[in-house]
Amino acid sequence: MADVSLRKVVKRYDEVEAVRGIDLDIADHEFVVLVGPSGCGKSTTLRMIAGLEDISDGDIMIGGDVVNDVPPKDRDIAMVFQNYALYPHMTVAENMSFGLRLKHYPKAEIKSRVTEAARMLDITDLIDRKPKQLSGGQRQRVAMGRAIVRNPKVFLFDEPLSNLDAKLRVQMRIEIKKVHQKVRTTTVYVTHDQVEAMTLADRVVVMNHGRIEQIGTPNELYHKPATKFVASFIGSPAMNFVPCRLEDAAGKLNVRLTDRLAFTLPPARAARYQALSRTDKLLLGIRPEHVMEARPHAEPGVEPFDAMLDVTEPMGMETLVYFTLEGSQVCGRVSPNAGAQDGSPLRLAVDLNNMHLLNEVTGAVL
Amino acid sequence: MSTMTIDKSGPTRKVKYGSMSRDRTWALRWSYFFLTLFAIFSLTPPFYMLITSLKGSAEISAATNPWWVHQPTLENYVQLLTSNQFLRFFWNSAWVSIIVVTVTMLISVPAAFALARMKFWGSATLATGVFLTYLIPDSLLFIPLFKMFAVFGDLTGIQLVNRWYVLLFIYPTLTVPFCTWIMIGYFASIPKELDEAAIIDGASWFQTLTRIFIPVALPGLIAATIFAFTVSWAQFLYPLVFTTSTDQLVLPVGIITTLIKGDVFNWGQIMTGALLGAAPPLIIYAFLMDYYIAGLTAGATKG
Amino acid sequence: MVDVAFQSNRTAAAQAARRRVGLRNALRRKSMSAFLMTLPLILLIAVLVIYPALYSVHLATLNKAMTKFVGFGNFEFLFKRDTFWLVVKQSCIFAISAVIFKALIGFIVAHFVHNVPANKQRKWRGMLLVPWVIPPAMSTLAWLWLFDPSYSAFNYTLSFFGIGPIPWTGDAMWARFSVILVNVWYGAPFFMIMYLAALKSVPEQLYEAAAIDGANWWQRIWYVTLPMMRNIIAITTLFSLIVTFANFDIVRILTAGGPLDHTHIFATWAFRVGIEGSDIPLGASVSLFMVPILAVAAIFILRDITKRGNES
Repeated sequence: MADVSLRKVVKRYDEVEAVRGIDLDIADHEFVVLVGPSGCGKSTTLRMIAGLEDISDGDIMIGGDVVNDVPPKDRDIAMVFQNYALYPHMTVAENMSFGLRLKHYPKAEIKSRVTEAARMLDITDLIDRKPKQLSGGQRQRVAMGRAIVRNPKVFLFDEPLSNLDAKLRVQMRIEIKKVHQKVRTTTVYVTHDQVEAMTLADRVVVMNHGRIEQIGTPNELYHKPATKFVASFIGSPAMNFVPCRLEDAAGKLNVRLTDRLAFTLPPARAARYQALSRTDKLLLGIRPEHVMEARPHAEPGVEPFDAMLDVTEPMGMETLVYFTLEGSQVCGRVSPNAGAQDGSPLRLAVDLNNMHLLNEVTGAVL
Repeated sequence: MSTMTIDKSGPTRKVKYGSMSRDRTWALRWSYFFLTLFAIFSLTPPFYMLITSLKGSAEISAATNPWWVHQPTLENYVQLLTSNQFLRFFWNSAWVSIIVVTVTMLISVPAAFALARMKFWGSATLATGVFLTYLIPDSLLFIPLFKMFAVFGDLTGIQLVNRWYVLLFIYPTLTVPFCTWIMIGYFASIPKELDEAAIIDGASWFQTLTRIFIPVALPGLIAATIFAFTVSWAQFLYPLVFTTSTDQLVLPVGIITTLIKGDVFNWGQIMTGALLGAAPPLIIYAFLMDYYIAGLTAGATKG
Repeated sequence: MVDVAFQSNRTAAAQAARRRVGLRNALRRKSMSAFLMTLPLILLIAVLVIYPALYSVHLATLNKAMTKFVGFGNFEFLFKRDTFWLVVKQSCIFAISAVIFKALIGFIVAHFVHNVPANKQRKWRGMLLVPWVIPPAMSTLAWLWLFDPSYSAFNYTLSFFGIGPIPWTGDAMWARFSVILVNVWYGAPFFMIMYLAALKSVPEQLYEAAAIDGANWWQRIWYVTLPMMRNIIAITTLFSLIVTFANFDIVRILTAGGPLDHTHIFATWAFRVGIEGSDIPLGASVSLFMVPILAVAAIFILRDITKRGNES
């Protein structure tokens, strides 16, 4: 087991820069998830760690050694692929032991490792089957088993769950987490699914356009996003953004959304944003759960307003409501008993204690 | 009430449904009828081979119904299978085909792997070139090849013309391009992740080829092998040009040059020989029909 | 702290330099081994296909004894011979009509096979492909025997209908018909198999959509099947055109070019002149006349294949 470090890693394909200088330190035993939209360079980064792509510039270190020139087989890594990449002509046991057999491990050692991994993944009964006879979830387990038996320094996962249906995906997510808790191997996991990233990771790395947008724990990313991209990418339904400006009004700071709609900022926020009152092109960022139905008693920082609902989506335990503010669609989450109806008005409230203020031009969260 | 009965318009609808299923039944009947006709057309020559091979020479020249055997006899088979000459043809054919198949696979599988997976300078051009080579027919090359080997014999003293093993050099020109082409198709259809998984598992390029690609592309390999064998076995022009001594002949040429003496045709033996000559490909086809067809269609649908 | 940073900077620079070398070496190694793996193929094609192809151009410019360069002398000689023009005509008639009938019959039979229930298709396909499996030299012998002037089983059967006896290989017109018939018999199954594979790849929903749009049986073939199969039809036809144009076995065994050279095609006449007549330069000249039509067909096939490669 080992730590992994990337220093100014760049990947160029002819003219295109897929990865534009990434710095990342992954501690021993850590579970790090690279997440981002397709084409953001996350898979390329993973493949460079694996040694499947050579790097155009920078250094990659595994366990303190620079591995830029080291071929994949000598990097002591294991990888789980999106389509599992199981060898179709080998049984489960043969698939799992292929790497060990190539390295001429003793037979007894191979057998005990395979048995152990199969038991851990609950696939002992399938050990003599061919991949074709397995379900998607079982194949996924075998692919993980193949990684486990190698007992590598680092596990690499390349969108391993994207071929599974939604239900199985949740189940396998838990399975992967359990395995990591048992073997504690340093893991780099790539996904485009922010839910997967949030649930699995010790730390999440959000990537966009070949760069890292933010690194942090799932909670940090959710509550303190550094950029508009992170704020909108993490969380579902996504954060609402409404153009706004700040106004000084009798010693208080207001955030004005429309000519008729402005809220008074709570004191803590007002102090923080005071210096920005002259800035143009601001965005108010607010998550849907902080736009709820107005309560009868006033709470500090929670400001009521009237909204004309466009569409409502009853989800059972809550109802999502959509309305328009200054041309931006805003989503809120209200109680199913709030009486929300398509095309009718509803009194809502916004919790400004949890608001974000963004620079519309740079995308930075202020 | 009256509008209701009109609305229903039941009878016409019923007739329509009935006519649809009746159409289908008739379409099926016509299909079977024509398929039977075509099957008769297809199978008449081989059937007639079999019929004739079971006839004695007296019955062949008799004016009886030629489509039936009145006194079946195995005399033709006995004569051919105990004739050293015929057995010699058979063995020549068998040796040539087996060696050519082996050589073809040894050349085309590594080449296809390199062309499908290890992109290098000129690899795309070479793949296209391989395909074009497959389109060059034997009837364009037999004269220059014949002259080439004659000149080669004069220059080096190594006489290859009129030796059965000269065919070992020539047949691969027919088999290798096509086999390489279809193996490129099969190898290219293997997902890239599979070789990446093998590389991470520590396999070298050679191990990736032998332990992953060849087993996974085995159906393609079998199809290519069948193709190479049937082409080698059936080739007629090259052995006709290159070999003349009776002990150097392969089966098709041997039957035609030795069983037809002037204008005397020993039809019983010719048909028996032809049937025995057709047997190996037919047997392979009977047992491995799906691979045979896969190889046949691969050339145009793959790649 | 500064020391460490400095050192790591230096090693990084050194590593960067080494990496570039190592990478280039690795790439060269990979290229080299790939080249070695294709070397036998390259040698085979260069020595036994490309060289003889060019060599035959050289041969075509020599005199019969191959001692003197005569330029286009052989071609001029050919142009003056009636037999040559007979061969050109017969080659075209033979190839074009055989390919048309093979394509038509193959298409029709493929449809009938596609029509019958799936579990019975295998059996029919198996029977109908037999002509393609038998080595053509062997099956042509059976046809020769069926066409025998005195014992023809066909004439025996036809005599019951008051027809015949037909001189299958004895009369010029009938002999031309016979070689085409045998070629169609041999080649139609190939078309059938290709079309069947193509038919199976047409998604069933397209037919259902067409049926809902009110298309009848004929319109379904015209607007769905044919456009979907256009590629396969084109490529199979071009393939077959090449193979049929270059055919040797069937004509050689069935008629050997006779009667009176009326069924000779390029390959059989080149053999007659070049090998049997020992005039290698003239034989080479004859077979070179196949090149233009083969080249045109090959270019079309190649265009089609690269087009499909780009799509996928």
